[in-house]
Amino acid sequence: MTRSPLILAWRRFAQNRGAVIGLAILLVVVIVALLGPTLMPQSPWRMVGRPFLPPLTDGALPLGTDAVGRDVLTGLVHGARVSLMVGLVSTMVALLIGVPVGALAGYFGGWVDDALMRFTEFFQTIPSFALAIVLLAIFQPSLFWIILTIAIVSWPPVARLVRGEVLSLRTREYIEAAILSGQTSLQIIIRQVLPNALPPIIVLASLMVATAILLESSLSFLGLGDPNVMSWGYMIGAARTVLRTAWWLSFIPGIAILLTVLALNLIGEGLNDALNPRLQRREE
Amino acid sequence: MKSFLPSLTVAVAMALGTPALAQQSGGTLNMIVQPEPPGLVVGIWQNAPTQLVAGDIYESLLRYDTDLQPMPSLAHDWSISDDGLTYTFHLHEGVLWHDGEPFSADDVVFSVDVLLRETHPRLRASLVHVDTIEAPDDNTVVFTLSEPFGPFIGIFEVGTMPILPRHIYEGTDFANNPMNATPIGTGPFRFNEWRQGSYIHLVRNEDYYLDGRPHVDEVYYHVIPDGASRAVAFETGVVDVLPGGSVEYFDIERIMALPNTCITDSGWEYFGPLSWLWLNNHEGPMADVNARRAVMHALDREFMRDAIWAGRGELATGPLSSSTRFFDEDLPSIGYDPDLAREFLAASDYDGQTLNLLPLPYGETWQRAAEVARQNLIDVGFNVNLVATDVAGWNQRTSDWDFDLAFTFLYQYGDPALGVARTYVESNIERGSPWNNVSGYRNPELDALWDAAAVSTSEEERQEIYSEIQRRLIEDVPNAWLHELGFPTIYRCNIHDLVTTAIGLNDGTRDVWIEQ
Repeated sequence: MTRSPLILAWRRFAQNRGAVIGLAILLVVVIVALLGPTLMPQSPWRMVGRPFLPPLTDGALPLGTDAVGRDVLTGLVHGARVSLMVGLVSTMVALLIGVPVGALAGYFGGWVDDALMRFTEFFQTIPSFALAIVLLAIFQPSLFWIILTIAIVSWPPVARLVRGEVLSLRTREYIEAAILSGQTSLQIIIRQVLPNALPPIIVLASLMVATAILLESSLSFLGLGDPNVMSWGYMIGAARTVLRTAWWLSFIPGIAILLTVLALNLIGEGLNDALNPRLQRREE
Repeated sequence: MKSFLPSLTVAVAMALGTPALAQQSGGTLNMIVQPEPPGLVVGIWQNAPTQLVAGDIYESLLRYDTDLQPMPSLAHDWSISDDGLTYTFHLHEGVLWHDGEPFSADDVVFSVDVLLRETHPRLRASLVHVDTIEAPDDNTVVFTLSEPFGPFIGIFEVGTMPILPRHIYEGTDFANNPMNATPIGTGPFRFNEWRQGSYIHLVRNEDYYLDGRPHVDEVYYHVIPDGASRAVAFETGVVDVLPGGSVEYFDIERIMALPNTCITDSGWEYFGPLSWLWLNNHEGPMADVNARRAVMHALDREFMRDAIWAGRGELATGPLSSSTRFFDEDLPSIGYDPDLAREFLAASDYDGQTLNLLPLPYGETWQRAAEVARQNLIDVGFNVNLVATDVAGWNQRTSDWDFDLAFTFLYQYGDPALGVARTYVESNIERGSPWNNVSGYRNPELDALWDAAAVSTSEEERQEIYSEIQRRLIEDVPNAWLHELGFPTIYRCNIHDLVTTAIGLNDGTRDVWIEQ
C-alpha cells in the first residue's frame, strides 16, 4: 500500500507537538479574522462606552474600552484581519519578487547571477526596518503602501534561498535530460526546478508572514500605520502613552501579536520537519 | 494631650490661612521650558519657549489683566487722545538696563521703529497704522497714528513689543549680534547662565525699579525633552512649575493627585487659543454651506474635551474665544446635534465623496481628536479618510488647500482685528501660508464690516459690528470651531501670584513669592 507524500508529510508535521499547537492557534486567529468582523459588524473606531473601562467589568465590553471609549474586543477582532492580511499579502508579493530573481540568477549563472545578486545585496545592506521607515515616509502610509513596503524589504532572503536551491538542482541529471529533450529555459525553471525547490520556500514563507506581522505592528506603533485601519500595532501605539494608567490597553493586543507570531514560528518549524528532503530519505 | 497637639497645629495653620499671609522673600523657582528655545532675546526670536523665559528678562510698556485691561509695566501712566490718533506713554524714572546703562524713551523709539519693525512681522502688521513714534523727553513716548486703530492699546505686550537696549543693538546686525547670547533687559531677573540641553539660570535683579520686587532669588528653567520625564521631574520635586503644554493631557489627572498641587487655566486670555477644523470653501463638498453646517453639528466636542483634553478648556461658541474682546455670548448654538447634522447633510449636494481629514501632527492627543471627529462625521453619513502627515506635510497641504477638513489652532491676541479677521477676510486668501484665510471664505459684506470695526474709535460701535460679524459667520460656518484650548499651568500650592496677567507665565515671575 502506497501512501501519498502529503499524508507522510502531515505525519511528520504532527509528530512535532509545538507545530500542532501553533497550527491550532493560527486556525483560531484565521477563523476570528474571517468571521469576526461579520459577527461584530460595529466599526472598531466607534466610541461605545466611557473611556478607560478596565477589562472584565462590563459584560457588553468584556475587554474594556480604550482612551476614547472604543471597544477593545472589536478592535482586536478587526485587527486580526488586518494583521493577517498584511502578513499574507506582503509575503506573497515578496515571493513574487524574490522567487523569479533567485531562480533566474541560479539557473543562468554568470553575469545574470552577478547582476541580480549585487542588486539583492544592495537591499540587504540596508537594515530592513530603517528602509521600511524611509519608504513609508516617502509614500503615503496607506495599507497598500505598507504591504508593498514590507514586501520590498523582505524579498532578498527569498531570492538568495531560491538561488541556492536552483544552483544545486541545476546540475542534476533530470535537468540535463530536460535540456536535451528541447524544453525552453522558462519551461525547465517552472516545471522542473521550482517544484523541487518548493519545500524550503514554504518554510521560509511561514516565517516571513510572522515577520511581516511584526513589521506592520512596529510601523503602526511608530505612527507610520494606515490611520484608517485598526491594527494590533496601532492599538499598542495608541495605548503606549497611557501605559502608566491603563497598561492592559497595550498588553491585550500585545498578547495577540505574540501568540500569532509564535504560532507561525512553530508551524514553520513543523513544516521544516515535514518537508525536509533529508529527513524524508532517512525515513524511507 | 498627645492627640490634641496635632489638631492644635492644624488650627494655628488655618488661622494663618492664605489671606493673612505676608509675602515672603527668597527661594528658588524651578520651572520647565519646553522645547529648548533657539535664543532668549524676544523680538529677535518669537518662539513660544523664548517668550516664556524672556518675560523675566525683558519688559514692554504695558501688561494686561485677565480681562485684557492695560496695567503699568515700563510705562506707569498713559493717555489716548479723543480722536484715537495720539497715544502718550509716561515711563518709570531711574530704570537701568542689566549692564547698568540708564533706560530712556530713546530705547523705546529705537526698539519699535527700527529693530522690531525689521524683525517682528506680527508687530509690523500693526505698525502700518502708525505715522510717527517720538520721544519728546527721556521719559515720554508718543505714538501718532495715521488713522484710528481700535486694537492699538492691546499691542504693548512683552511678546509683541519687547523693549530692547538701543546701546547694544543700534547699527548692528540684530540677528547676529554677539550680545544675543547674554541678553540685557530691564526686567526683574538678569540672565546668569544657559547650560544647553540642561537649564537656563536667571538671578534677581537687585537694581529693579519696583521696591521689593522680585521676591524670589533665582529662577531655573529646566530643559527636559521628554513629556513623561517632565511629569516625573514634577513628581520627584525637581521642578515646581509645569507651564501649559509641559505634560500630556492624560497625565494631568495623575499629577493632580499629588499633595500640594494646584492647577490654573488662567494666563492665556490674551492668546485665546481656539481650535477649529478648516473646511475647504474653495472646492469640493465643503464648498456647500449645508455640508459645512452638517459637519459643525456632527462633532461631539464635549466628549472630545472630556476624553481627550482631560476636561480642560471650553467648547467654542463661534469664531471668537470668550477671552477675546468683543466676544458675544448671545449667539445661535453650534452644539452637537447629530439629527440636525443629518438634516443639513440631506439638504446639501454631498453624495458620498470621501473627505480627506488632516489631523494636526502635534502628537497623540491631536491624533485621538482626529479619530473622534472622523467617527462623529461617519456617524451622520460622511465618508472620511484620515490623512497621515508630518508637520511639513501638514504645512504644505493646508497652505496648498489640499484637504477637505484640517485641524488647526491659532492665537487671537486679545482683539478680533489682530487675531481673528486674518482668517476670514478675502484679502488674506493666498496660497503658501497655513496661517491666513486657508479655508477660502469669501464674503465682501463681512470684509467691509471687518474694516469698519478695525478703524472705529467707539467701543460700542466695535461691539455692535463684531457681534454682527459673529452671527453672520455662525450662519455661514466657514470653519467648524472646536475648543477654547486650556493650557493649564500646574504648580505647587505654596507658590503664590504665579499667574496674574492675561499672558500668564510669559509676563515673568516678577510678583511670585514662595511660602516657606
